[in-house]
Formats: sequence, structure tokens, C-alpha cells
Amino acid sequence: MKYVDEFRDSETAARLVERIRRHPPIPVNLMEVCGTHTVAIFRHGIRQLLPENVNLISGPGCPVCVTANRDIDWAIAAAKQPDTILTTFGDMLKVPGSHSSLQQARAEGGEVRVVYSTLDALQIARANPQKRVVFFGIGFETTAPTIACSILEAEETGLENYFVFSVNKVMPPPMKALVDSGEVRIDGFLCPGHVSAIIGSEPYQFLARDYGIPCVIAGFEPVDVLQSIDMLLAQRVEGRAEVEIQYKRVVRPEGNPAAMAPLYRVFQPADAEWRGLGMIPGSGLEVREEYARFDARRVTQIDPGPTREHRGCRCGDVLRGVMKPPECPLYGRACTPETPVGPCMVSSEGTCSTWFQFAGAE
Amino acid sequence: MCLAVPARITEIHGNKATVDMAGVVRETSVKMLPGAEVGDYVIIHAGYAIEKLDEEEAARTVEMFKMMDSLGAEESKN
Amino acid sequence: MRGDRILLAHGSGGKLSSELIQEIFFPAFGNPALARMDDSAVLPLPLGKGQGEGSRLAMSTDSHVVKPLFFGGGDIGRLAVCGTVNDLAMVGATPLYLAAGFILEEGLLLADLRRVVASMKEAAAEASVSVVTGDTKVVEQGGADWLYVTTTGVGIVSDGVNVSGSNARAGDVVLLSGSIGDHGIAVLSRREGLEFGSPVTSDVAPLNHMVAAMLKAAPHLRALRDPTRGGLATTLNEFAAQSGVSIQIEEAQILVRPAVQAACEMLGYDPLYVANEGKLVAIAPEEEAEAALSAIRRTRYGEDARIIGRVLPSPTGRVLMKTRIGGTRIVQMLMGEMLPRIC
Repeated sequence: MKYVDEFRDSETAARLVERIRRHPPIPVNLMEVCGTHTVAIFRHGIRQLLPENVNLISGPGCPVCVTANRDIDWAIAAAKQPDTILTTFGDMLKVPGSHSSLQQARAEGGEVRVVYSTLDALQIARANPQKRVVFFGIGFETTAPTIACSILEAEETGLENYFVFSVNKVMPPPMKALVDSGEVRIDGFLCPGHVSAIIGSEPYQFLARDYGIPCVIAGFEPVDVLQSIDMLLAQRVEGRAEVEIQYKRVVRPEGNPAAMAPLYRVFQPADAEWRGLGMIPGSGLEVREEYARFDARRVTQIDPGPTREHRGCRCGDVLRGVMKPPECPLYGRACTPETPVGPCMVSSEGTCSTWFQFAGAE
Repeated sequence: MCLAVPARITEIHGNKATVDMAGVVRETSVKMLPGAEVGDYVIIHAGYAIEKLDEEEAARTVEMFKMMDSLGAEESKN
Repeated sequence: MRGDRILLAHGSGGKLSSELIQEIFFPAFGNPALARMDDSAVLPLPLGKGQGEGSRLAMSTDSHVVKPLFFGGGDIGRLAVCGTVNDLAMVGATPLYLAAGFILEEGLLLADLRRVVASMKEAAAEASVSVVTGDTKVVEQGGADWLYVTTTGVGIVSDGVNVSGSNARAGDVVLLSGSIGDHGIAVLSRREGLEFGSPVTSDVAPLNHMVAAMLKAAPHLRALRDPTRGGLATTLNEFAAQSGVSIQIEEAQILVRPAVQAACEMLGYDPLYVANEGKLVAIAPEEEAEAALSAIRRTRYGEDARIIGRVLPSPTGRVLMKTRIGGTRIVQMLMGEMLPRIC
């Protein structure tokens, strides 16, 4: 595949590993905040290739994992309403809420449909005019513009039975929260390549400027990740703190204005609850007043009941990078992909499930 | 998050485009890429093209990787 | 027969049932045993040279509920024949006879049934097996997805042939007969909601001739399996567990066609877990590996066969893979079902 294979080239990877190994062996903690980076690192076995002084930490980069139980409960409650079809990305199907999951709700007769795109959800709405079709809006800035566009399209075409339940979130605020908490020393950030394709490099500048933390916007192929690690180490060694773009073939410093425009036309920043991080101001996206008629929250009266956290679950600690999955007492024992306790083990990009899938239960 | 793959635009019809990824053909929305043209490589995510792939930049990066080899070899000799 | 669709009466054992058998099944599967129309097929056991006291009977059954019925490269009929033929072949048996049970949904187009049956005839002929007995039931509309088929097959395992997933030993070589992921993606690409025009076709094929050639060239072949549901990853894990060994493979040696790779990338699937219906994994002793490989490559469906890894003593039960860039990852069994994802 063009523009993929070249970035999986084994010789290039080997050369980059050599470069990484030539930096002075100071201990560095590099955090990635994108579930797709977590998977890429484990799928290609990158950790084994790095020198011991480089510690890769996974942060709260999985939008599925950071969705609060309360929000999952809402979606389940919506699915169970007789006049509602809940549409969702496949990623959310098995994630446990307080008592149940969308998959279970479906087995119990709730109408839940998995879609690949909001465009499919709009189709379902058109095909079922007598039902309320609610789209479970998860994702960061890569996905949120597509959800915004779906609302704009519903408006343009006069579709009256399409709604969005937005639990969309935005990326730089949790990075600030993590750094402010001081729980983990972060010596560099691998920034999410596709989120950055939308938002550009400006939103990360404060990390370099105010906190002195090197940032590299990284692509997702193994060569991209290795090159980004090399760039972060180089910044540290040379005493620089900048926001660099490694993923130059896709990310422009100004991002994609044609995606930002619909995003902020439909949504506005709001406070949002992140699993493990609590309430982070301005980190979520809520539907603007102007589009209130598409906002599932406002239009429905759904009460999901009291929220319950998963007992013993340490997803929050894993999401903050404070704990690695094997350090969780439940990992590989009570909590496995077949019998998951928390979302980090269910989500295909969850740190725990990724670790289990590619590195085992040890 | 971001499962997204580079695909080549083979047709454009209004806000929609047909894209080809190594023979897999799909419809995608190009609403967020108003300047997209047939022949462009774009990154597709959740049914939408979210950004264009800059082929020159990609070629430059690949060239740089090739050059890295000779530099690397020299440095390691010292 | 009047009409163009299956009616409930076709399953009631009367005139319409008889017509169905005479006009659709017999012409396709015609053979002496079937023609006798007794309650059971009475069959000769072709015990030839080397098939004496130590010969054993092999038997296997499979139900096929694939949707859609017709997909690029095959259909439920071909799948039904090849699936059971292959299950027999994977224990080193020469497949001989098949039984086919049909559950038809009222309203199924007769033309579709004819097409499926014709496909079964073709596959059976290619595999040199006969469909000697069968059954048909018709259920009310909504009771089945148009058509379900169950095939049961019997075959003979010759004296001295001992092929089992528990036979692998440290030092053995792992071979794969061709590209992975084709069937699963071919079927997926025709399902509603995930339509994409794709040149991927199912690899569904009978592998018994390939196995016969392999056994001739490598008589001490340890294990064979076709990586169907759960894909290559699950099969290798089964071998590792059954034999109490570790299997280590190289990503660079595993062939995935570009269109399959692209489809998997798009949907977030790992080709290692996608079903195959015309491929096999073989474990051969080191000294017979090259011979086995050459034998596979000379057969119709084996031109892309490769050695993909080795068997090691430990870590027991584990499958490890050296990634394209030289890293290491484990390969787990498939857990749960694969769902299309965006993350």
C-alpha cells in the first residue's frame, strides 16, 4: 500500500533504532496520548527495540476508555427506549457501564446498530422516520468534525429524527491536567497525528513554552513512531522544547480549517468528565444552542439511574500513566478481554487490552 | 485514536468522492476537503476524508530516510 | 416443478419433496448409492494398497450458515463441500463420501437452490468425493436465512498416517500454503452496511489433493489444520496448546494480498484473525520441510506457500511473532468477535 509500506520498512526502522540508541542514556519518560499510537507501539513490538532508558507511557488517548460510566449508562438507557435506535461505532459495543453494556442491551431487545460512519447513522434515520435515531458521539477532534457534519447534513436535508449524544472531547486540556498533577514526570509527548491534522500544532505550544516539555506530532506507522521518539530525544539532549511535526505528509501547522469550521459551528467547548481524570474544564464538546434540536441530551428525558464504578478497577490510574497494566492486581486474572472489568480492557485501543493482546498476561 | 488510511480519489461528485485503497473502493465524504481533486491521496476516517496527503512531503521524508543511512554509518564508525 | 420458490410442501415428504429430489438434487449428485433411494447409502470401502489393518475411518461434520449465500469466489454450496472435505484432509484422510442436509426457508428461489447445488456438484467433482445421501427440510419464512447446509463426510486414513495437532515437536517447521484473510474479507465486503467494491475473492477450495501430495513427499508430517474461523492466529495457538510447545513466526513471511490488507486496515481487523477456507497450516519435521514445501507449491492452490516459522520448546502454549521491523509481539487466540472500529 502506497504511503504505508515505506513507513513500515524494516531497514529504515533499524537505522532509526540505531540513532535512538546513540543518544546519551538519560532516563526519559515519553507519553503518548492516542490509543492508535498505543496499538502501533505494541503491534510492531517497538518497546523491545528501544534502549532501557526510554520509558514509553500510555496516557488517556483512548476516547472509549475515558468515557465516564454515567455516559455509557445514558446510551444504554436510550437504546432500551422502544422508539429509539441507538447508533454507535463498534468500539463502544462491549464497554461496561455501571450494570450493563450496549451489547447486552441489544441482546435484551434494545435496538443498537453498529455503524462505520455518521453517514450510515443518517441513512438509518432516513429509513426509519418513525423512530428516534441517536448517535453516540465519542471521539476526539479527528472524529468530532464528522459528527458535526452529520448534524449540518441533517439540518440541510430537513431530517427531523436524527440526534447526537455528544461525549466528544478535545485533546490538549487533559495533557495540561496530567502535567499539572505532577503525578508522573513527563519528559516528552508524542502528539496524536490525526487529531493534529485537524487542529494543527498551535494548541500544543503551551506545553513547550510554559512547561518546557518537548512535543512531536507523530504519524502511526512504526517508522513514524521511531522517528518521533528520536526527535523527542534529540530535543531533550539539545535542551530544546518545541512542538515539531514528524507527520509532515499529513499535518500542517494550521491544521484543517475546513474541518475546524463545522466542528465549532455545531459544538462549543464545555466541561467534561474523564474517567481517571475527573472533570476537566473546556475539555468536552457540547452542541450549541443553535442546534439544540439535534442534541439528544436536550431533546430526551432519559434518566440512566445512579452510576456505579467498577470495583477494584484501576483504569483511572492506567489512563493517567501512573500504573502499567501488569501492575494492576486484576490484570490477567479477574480482568481479561473475555471477562473485562473496565473499559481499558474492552476497548480495542485500551492500554490494558493492547498490552494483553500483544504482550500477554505477564 | 484514529484509524485512518491513505486512499486515492478516483472520482468526485459534489461532496462525495470515490476512493481507492489498493483496490478497495469506497465512497467517502470530501466535505472537509474543498480543494480535493481526482488523483489526490487523502486520509479517510469514519467515512470522511480529513486531510490530504502531501505526496512531495512524503517523498522528501522517504528520501531523508535513505540519506540517513549513509550519515548513520559514518557516525557510527567514529 | 411449477413456481419459482420453495414452498413448505417441499419439505413434507410427499410429491413436491420427491420432485425437488428428482429435479434438483439427483441430476447434480447422481451416483449409484443415491439413486437407490434407500433410507441409507450403502457404500463400498475402497481399501487399496497400504490400507489394511491399520486403516481408520475419519468422520467430520460442519453446518454452514454463511450470509450472503453468494460471494466472490464461491458460495455456501462450495463452502459446504470444501469445509468438510478439508476437515477430513486435515487428519490425513482421503475423503470419500458426503451427506448433505438442507434446511430451506419457504420462499427461497429455486434458481438460487439450483445454483448452490450446482456449485456443490462442481466442488465435489474437483475433490473426487460423492454426495451419497441427504435430507431436506423446509421451515417457515423467517426460520432460516434462506438456506442452511450441513455436510457430514467420511474418509479413510491409511495405515501409518498420523497427523494431529498434538504432534508438533521443538525443531519442527511451520508452513502456510498461501495468502491469508481472503475469505473473511470477501464475505464481509458483501454484507450490508460494509459494502465496498473489492477485488477480493474467497479462497474457498478443496485441499485434499494438496494434502495427499504433501504426505507423499513428507510422510512424517506432524500436523495440519485449515485456519477457518479465528484465522491463522487461532490455529497456531491451538497447535501450541495441543502439543505443549511454542510457535514463533515471522510477520514478513506471511502473505496478505494488498486489497485484503487495505480492507483490514480500514476496518481495524488484523488479518491474522480473518477466516480462510482454502489454506492450510502444516507442521513438518525439519528434515522433510523443504520436500513438503515443494509439494505444496506444485499443487493448484499452493503456489504461494511459504515457511513462516518454527516450533520451539517454550514458552509453552505461546505463539510469538517477529514483526516486520524486528520487534516481538505475542499472538493471542481470537477473543470474542471482531467488530469494525474507528479507533
